[in-house]
Amino acid sequence: MSEFLYLYRIGAEAQREAMGTPGHAEKSMKVWLAWMRELEQDGHLKSPGQPLELTGKVVGGKQRAVTDGPFVEVKDLVAGFTLIEARDLDEAVRLSVGCPILEGGGSVEVRPIRLVASM
Amino acid sequence: MIAQPVDLDEQLFRQESGRLVSALTRIFGVHNLALAEDVAQDAFVRALEVWNVRGRPDNPAAWLMTTAKNRALDVIRRERSARTFAPEVTRMLETEWTIAPVIDEAFAHHIIRDEQLRMMFSCCDPGLPEEVQVALVLNILCGFGAPQIASAFLSSRAAVEKRISRGKKALAASTRLFDLADAEFVARLSGVQRALYLLFNEGYHTASGEAAVRAELCGEAMRLAGLLLEHPPSATPATHALAALMYLHAARLPARTDAEGELHALGHQDRTKWDRALLAEGVALLERSATGTELTAWHLEAAIAAQHAGAASVEETDWDTIVALYDRLMRLAPSPVVALNRAIAIGERDGAGRGLEELESIVDVERLARYPFHRAAMAELELRRGDTTRAREHFAAALALARNASERRFFERRIERCGA
Repeated sequence: MSEFLYLYRIGAEAQREAMGTPGHAEKSMKVWLAWMRELEQDGHLKSPGQPLELTGKVVGGKQRAVTDGPFVEVKDLVAGFTLIEARDLDEAVRLSVGCPILEGGGSVEVRPIRLVASM
Repeated sequence: MIAQPVDLDEQLFRQESGRLVSALTRIFGVHNLALAEDVAQDAFVRALEVWNVRGRPDNPAAWLMTTAKNRALDVIRRERSARTFAPEVTRMLETEWTIAPVIDEAFAHHIIRDEQLRMMFSCCDPGLPEEVQVALVLNILCGFGAPQIASAFLSSRAAVEKRISRGKKALAASTRLFDLADAEFVARLSGVQRALYLLFNEGYHTASGEAAVRAELCGEAMRLAGLLLEHPPSATPATHALAALMYLHAARLPARTDAEGELHALGHQDRTKWDRALLAEGVALLERSATGTELTAWHLEAAIAAQHAGAASVEETDWDTIVALYDRLMRLAPSPVVALNRAIAIGERDGAGRGLEELESIVDVERLARYPFHRAAMAELELRRGDTTRAREHFAAALALARNASERRFFERRIERCGA
């Protein structure tokens, strides 16, 4: 088994649509619960990770410049992450198709954890 | 029952306590039972603070549930790195992705019902003595504290506290609550029924002076029996018979004590005060208990209660049928108390002399030595056949055995009836 990171991305507009009202938020959270349970039951859930606020600060470059961001206009803000276990990248991709973020027009970036060699 | 002023909030908290603790235990795990109880308690404290300022909300039960959910959310976030919660949900509590819907789920109507059943079945572990089982049910599912349980069971507070803590230790040591799909379900069900029967009887019979608490005990036993009836595998003929028995007896509660708290024996009750709705429900439950081949003591006791319920007066009671039912009950579940009641019924059917003969020939009669109503029954029959001297002696003996003020007043009044 290998480990993969799911990076969930979505636009601020779509996020508001999904979570904007208590009814929507409740429904959305139930869908996430069902999906996480599925991953857990099949032994794929390494760490459920966390959802993220869409705003914060960005610290950049050698100057350590602090700016507001990420910017709300951006269409693919990182909305959260999950660490999963899968046989290979193909399986990790296949598992991601049930992710609720896709229903809201978002995307899942599937990234293998890079294994470093011993020094 | 006399309606003693019961604090509205206190009564509500008691009623909601079992539901909240059961739902919270589903999330925290039974090993964290004490934490579940703390969170429920916090919700009650918070309610008192807020309601005192803003007034009682329209739906106080829903308010309490929301508060308990929020409190659970805080506690889990604070303690998830140090504690493990219920194995079924512990991973889903690690993350903000799922923590809120998991908590929400535990408080869904049907889940709360199932969790209360699981808690009930866990409390009635046959490895625990019956008095521990009943104390646990009363404490965890009915929200009664040790002082109230002690007063209902005529035990010391310390003894009840010991029972509760022993029971909770056993519960907390188990990995999870009893599974309703467990193969042991049917075997465990009879223990649960038995505990509810004891609980009801404790409320119904005059063991404690506090009428309001006793009425609540009966009400709680009926509520929990109702939970068994809602769950098809536990809605057996025996459960229907048990519930029938409770309803038919509870229907008589309003006539059992009057406004002054005076006790009235069945023969002297104002039958117009019997609760017709409860009687009808009891009869309907008894009819539904008559399926299958299993005949339990509860079927017979309920059938006896139904005979009384259907009679307009003592004279119009079908004592033949009642004696026959007691005969069957003696074969199925003999006890000195059943023998006593059978003897009284024979006295009604065949006259005081025959009744006294039966009373005198009760096997194991020494087990009734501290039970005031044995001597009282002898007194009633002596009085009926005109021997006031003997009647007075027996009533005096019963008076000496009386367990509370209303029993004492009852026997004193009967002594007065014996004349000077």
